[in-house]
Amino acid sequence: MNKLVWRKIVNRVMVFLTAFSAALGVAALLAVLTFVVKNGIAALNVDMLTRLPTPVGVPGGGVANAIVGSLIVIGLASLFAVPVGLGAGMYLSEFGNNRFADVVRYLADVLSGVPSIVIGIFAYNLIVARQGHFSALSGGVALGVMMLPSIVRTTEEMMRMVPASQREASLALGLPRWRTILSVVLPSARSGVTTGILLAVARVAGETAPLLFTAFGNPYWSFDINQPIATLPHTLFTYAISPYADWQSKAWGTAIILTSMMLLASVLARRSRRHVAA
Amino acid sequence: MTAIEVTPPVLARSRARVGDSVFRWWTWLMAALLVVIMLLLVYELIIGAELALNEFGTGFLSGSSWDPVADRYGAWPAIFGTVVSSLLALAVAGPLGLLAAIFLAEIAPRWLESPLSFLIELLASVPSVVYGLWGLYVMVPVMRDPIQTWLSTHLGSLPVFACQPLGIGMMSAVAILSIMILPYGISVSRDVLRAVPNEQREAMLALGATRWETIWRVVVPFARSGIIGGLLLALGRAVGETMAVTMLIGNRAQVSGCLFSPAYTLSSQIANEFTEAVSPMHISALMELGLVLFAITLVLNGAARLLVWRITRGNPVGR
Amino acid sequence: MTTWERKLSAGSVSAPARPASRTATRKELTGHQQQILATEVVAEEGAVARAGDYAMRVEQLAAGFGGFAAVDDVTLDIMPRTITAIIGPSGSGKSTFLRCLNRMHEEVRGSWARGTVLLGGQNIYAPGVDPVEVRRHVGMVFQKPNPFPTMSIYENVAAGLRLNQWGRVPDLDAKVQHALELAALWDEVKDKLFQSGAALSGGQQQRLCIARALAVEPEILLMDEPASALDPVATLRIEELMRELVKNYTIVIVTHNMQQAARVSDRTAFLMMGDDRAGRLIEQGPTDELFTNPRDKRTEDYITGRFG
Repeated sequence: MNKLVWRKIVNRVMVFLTAFSAALGVAALLAVLTFVVKNGIAALNVDMLTRLPTPVGVPGGGVANAIVGSLIVIGLASLFAVPVGLGAGMYLSEFGNNRFADVVRYLADVLSGVPSIVIGIFAYNLIVARQGHFSALSGGVALGVMMLPSIVRTTEEMMRMVPASQREASLALGLPRWRTILSVVLPSARSGVTTGILLAVARVAGETAPLLFTAFGNPYWSFDINQPIATLPHTLFTYAISPYADWQSKAWGTAIILTSMMLLASVLARRSRRHVAA
Repeated sequence: MTAIEVTPPVLARSRARVGDSVFRWWTWLMAALLVVIMLLLVYELIIGAELALNEFGTGFLSGSSWDPVADRYGAWPAIFGTVVSSLLALAVAGPLGLLAAIFLAEIAPRWLESPLSFLIELLASVPSVVYGLWGLYVMVPVMRDPIQTWLSTHLGSLPVFACQPLGIGMMSAVAILSIMILPYGISVSRDVLRAVPNEQREAMLALGATRWETIWRVVVPFARSGIIGGLLLALGRAVGETMAVTMLIGNRAQVSGCLFSPAYTLSSQIANEFTEAVSPMHISALMELGLVLFAITLVLNGAARLLVWRITRGNPVGR
Repeated sequence: MTTWERKLSAGSVSAPARPASRTATRKELTGHQQQILATEVVAEEGAVARAGDYAMRVEQLAAGFGGFAAVDDVTLDIMPRTITAIIGPSGSGKSTFLRCLNRMHEEVRGSWARGTVLLGGQNIYAPGVDPVEVRRHVGMVFQKPNPFPTMSIYENVAAGLRLNQWGRVPDLDAKVQHALELAALWDEVKDKLFQSGAALSGGQQQRLCIARALAVEPEILLMDEPASALDPVATLRIEELMRELVKNYTIVIVTHNMQQAARVSDRTAFLMMGDDRAGRLIEQGPTDELFTNPRDKRTEDYITGRFG
């Protein structure tokens, strides 16, 4: 065969294969989402969103406590991670041209790669073992530690992107450095920073592993941060591995709630990222 | 020169100075807090694992028996499972991901590439536990029958397929891991491929090369470091993945050469046993598993970061 | 004066009659046949007359991006074993024109081109003609030297040769050496053939790119401002190289440096942007004549530095 003809065939085939691979990736996503939507909608009803879990075999029942519990735990995590993350991010962007700052950046990077279950162990040792019981607080700390690196990184990036001219103008007006940063630079970077925080929240909202032995789960309402608490991912897990058909179907219902939240957060984050870049 | 006394606005400046130093001190504290957390994490891990570390020493890594009754623990099955499942998942998702990234970066027209990239990135937004749920009730039944049954009937003589097809087991875990790490490999590769200067492509095309030859012989080699970095990143994620694996891998502390058999990974063992562990030694052994897991991801992510960082500095070859 | 130049000064530019044996130019020839055709043009004296006096003939070429035309209605002949310089102010579409000659222009998203470009009697823009084949016959050297950094010097030169060969390339060592000698680079790199091309100086890198382009033995070599990124000494070396190469190759060079065009080229074509921002061919001719006695006032203005 003429080599040129062969080369053209190879070209055609390989280009097709690359397209096929990309299509496979999308197909995988659609395969997962289709079943989540199909089975999830079948299991979704008002009860799911408003009622407490019922024992096996008893109809009705829902994951309302898990929805609230997730919000509480995420709230705790944010309470911890946002001030620390913002502060550290501001330090890195405004004063961060030294060795110490490099160490901080490096460690933030390392922390972002730590498996979530190891962070769960950390929170367990730090809080649960010392207190002697599971709690929403320990779950919040675990998730907060997970949120920290990405908030630090985005804050630093967004603050750095504010043009020097704005800082100079403010300083020239006589504003001290700290006022400049807080009243001029930070507001300017606000939307990017907020996106970063939202993204971090979205990422931990679906995490189960760190909550397995910190928040631990709870079949009842709980608003006490010192008590175990139910969360959506954890409830999903419990239902999913159970041998009962109605619990399994509730798992799908929880899945569609959780996945919708995560997808929505992703879409919003992507849209506002485009906004920031523009 | 006439001396003009200018009284400096001392009060205002010192107030500003105080404000500045307080602010700087506070932000420094927050940054230091991050360092403290990191150090605390390592510290707590080591303290927690201390009991088991002292008891088993390095034998822990090679020990194969995990016996809560006799309080003797060995991490080898979990290490084996982690290494095998992650490497196999990389073997599947790596090439597939590279091809898909090539499509997105080099071949697809802009109107197609943008939504496709978006959809593929969405794969990373699905929570692990949802993958587990889907895997358990949708993928596993299909895995057991027809896939594994077919393999068992026709290729059952191969040791890799020479055990009972259960659906649940190493193979399903590898399959779900492949899907889960795909978006990470793809997006890093796509970004580094895009960063290859256009003049490189033009030079090859001008020699009379086809599009594929240009991509394969010039563009991909140029982006080599970054692509490998992306693969290592994906590998790191596979190693740390917990929930989906726990739900699909069968959770049995055994080492087997057969793909259908149940197995354990470091993360799934911790997830599975932690809340039920009673003896302090058991808990400590699980924490030591966590320490091993931490060490592995540390090395992997470190290597990945080095390679990706290099490519973004414009140095094409990993020298 | 060649027959061609006589015809040009007489004001009539007519295509030599095509013999019946060379049937419809739009028929798709196999790569092999095209190769034979192309070599015939350069090799045989008599055959040159059969395929036309030209190495490459451009007829009413127009090209651009989206709704915008970068060049319009350019008709030009490139004569064998000459250096033709394309000059003009920036924006006159010189590079776009050049890149149409080896169909590199279409690699840019949104680009378009129409017209006829004849190579060896065959229109390279005919439907069914694969640009991959065209580029074997028309090589290109770019403005910024772009050796492949992941390949050694040897491999850079061999890159094009390896493409069209099953298995090992016969006499690869000899071919690489020959190409490097042609590019006046052999002596400087013969002891470090297997080191990366990135370690060379700018001028050396550009000569490496020339060697790489020459290795596949194209009929025509296109050079897009090949010396503009180089220092004056390196520039001079490239110009000397070009005068050597033209003994065996046909060269078309785009340059914004008029002195370079005057020094180096046999024929010059002057392009200029019109009110519609499309570049047109204002004047072309033997370099001496164009520079000493330009026929068009715009040419004269450009050469004397009144603009651009």
